[in-house]
Amino acid sequence: MELREDRKYTKSHEWVREENGVFEIGLTDYAQSELGDLVFVNLPQEGDPVTVEEAFADVESVKAVSDVYSPVSGTVSEVNEELLDAPEKINESPYDAWLVRVTEVTEQEDLMTAEEYQAFVESNQE
Amino acid sequence: MGKKTPLYDAHVRAGGKIVLFGGYDLPVQYPTGVIQEHTAVRQKAGLFDVSHMGEILCEGEDALANLQQLLTNDFQNMTDGQARYSPMCTESGGVVDDLIVYKRADNRYFIVVNASNREKDFQWMLQHQFGQVVFTDVSDQYAQLAVQGPLALEIIRKLTSEENIPQKNYHAVFDTEAGGIPCIISRTGYTGEDGVELYLAAENAEKMWNLLLEAGKEEGLIPCGLGARDTLRMEASMPLYGHEMDETITPLEAGLGFFVRMDKADFIGKAALEAQGTPKRKRVGLKVTGRGVIREAQDVYVDGQKIGHTTSGTHCPYLGYPAGMALLDAAYTAPGTQVEVDVRGRRVAAEIVPLPLYKRAK
Repeated sequence: MELREDRKYTKSHEWVREENGVFEIGLTDYAQSELGDLVFVNLPQEGDPVTVEEAFADVESVKAVSDVYSPVSGTVSEVNEELLDAPEKINESPYDAWLVRVTEVTEQEDLMTAEEYQAFVESNQE
Repeated sequence: MGKKTPLYDAHVRAGGKIVLFGGYDLPVQYPTGVIQEHTAVRQKAGLFDVSHMGEILCEGEDALANLQQLLTNDFQNMTDGQARYSPMCTESGGVVDDLIVYKRADNRYFIVVNASNREKDFQWMLQHQFGQVVFTDVSDQYAQLAVQGPLALEIIRKLTSEENIPQKNYHAVFDTEAGGIPCIISRTGYTGEDGVELYLAAENAEKMWNLLLEAGKEEGLIPCGLGARDTLRMEASMPLYGHEMDETITPLEAGLGFFVRMDKADFIGKAALEAQGTPKRKRVGLKVTGRGVIREAQDVYVDGQKIGHTTSGTHCPYLGYPAGMALLDAAYTAPGTQVEVDVRGRRVAAEIVPLPLYKRAK
């Protein structure tokens, strides 16, 4: 399981990276490997509000659909439209394949560091 | 935790992701993933553990008469080793299960049923048996492996001689061997490709699994999980019990009329099917033309009016688009009809297409 030190993680297996008030959100390597080959991504639109711990997108693998939860409350400032035609990029490089960028963030959930997230995933596998 | 097939440990060692299916712990996929496993079967070959399937013997002087009454297909005029698919109906014409009957010899039949229906089927057979017949559930004695794909036969030829391999589809050679292991070799499958299914003693399953993988290395044979099994059968538009048919859906509605022989003197469900006449619902193929993946049990609309529901749906890896099957009001089933599917509150455009969605080139 690949992890990156430059970002934080949620219990629902999203990653968040903040830079100058812009929060980039994606799925972790563990999430993509559990979901399997992704074939479809349903994303919000620019300007849509997102709410902490609520679903803002869904991803479909060959087998099933899964919601993606927002680690923050705010407004979608940018959508990675490349994923609409190439959802497999999430499988190939989960930490580059961000789903949305969120600004005007008013709230965020308790996030985990890479180390904490690793321990969380390992404890759930036992 | 479910029951384990004899290959459970081999699946875990190979990194299989285990899920509960039909009461069994089985791999939904290996680290290769569903798309690669699916593609291997369409282009080369894949190996499946289908040991969860149930096997029931039907033997005795009145075995044929019992099958004729229990099942909708006609089992007369079968040669030894021949197989026939059939629905098994309730009195009201719904489907108890769909199964395959092999004629092993006169008065000796070998029946393969769905794992999830095994106990129900066996009880149903016992409740309806008559005359000189014995039904025996031998499921636990058998493992079943499927080798499927355009190179499947080449792989089997490395392990056994030509006369042990059935020359025709839906035929089996009983009392034979592959790689020195006693087995039944059947030219059947559930993927839309050529291939064989092997029935063998549970204790030899792992040995056979390894022999096959070794023999098929050059051909690109890889282990495939239930995920690929489902996408392959979906693409080939083969019905799955509990989806395209169940006790509330008749075989005629499910498009299985070919396997319902109304010209037989009688069978369980015949009177009800006759009384119902031409089915008011029909199974169709749906190709998604909008954005989204359709899944089972989603409502289908024409001009805002609900006309039925999907029975299966997924992204079809080989065709490259999402598709599914649906049970719709027969008035709206002409190919080319534009419909909408309610995908979790969002309407996704789809088109009715003829079945099967995928058919291999001969």
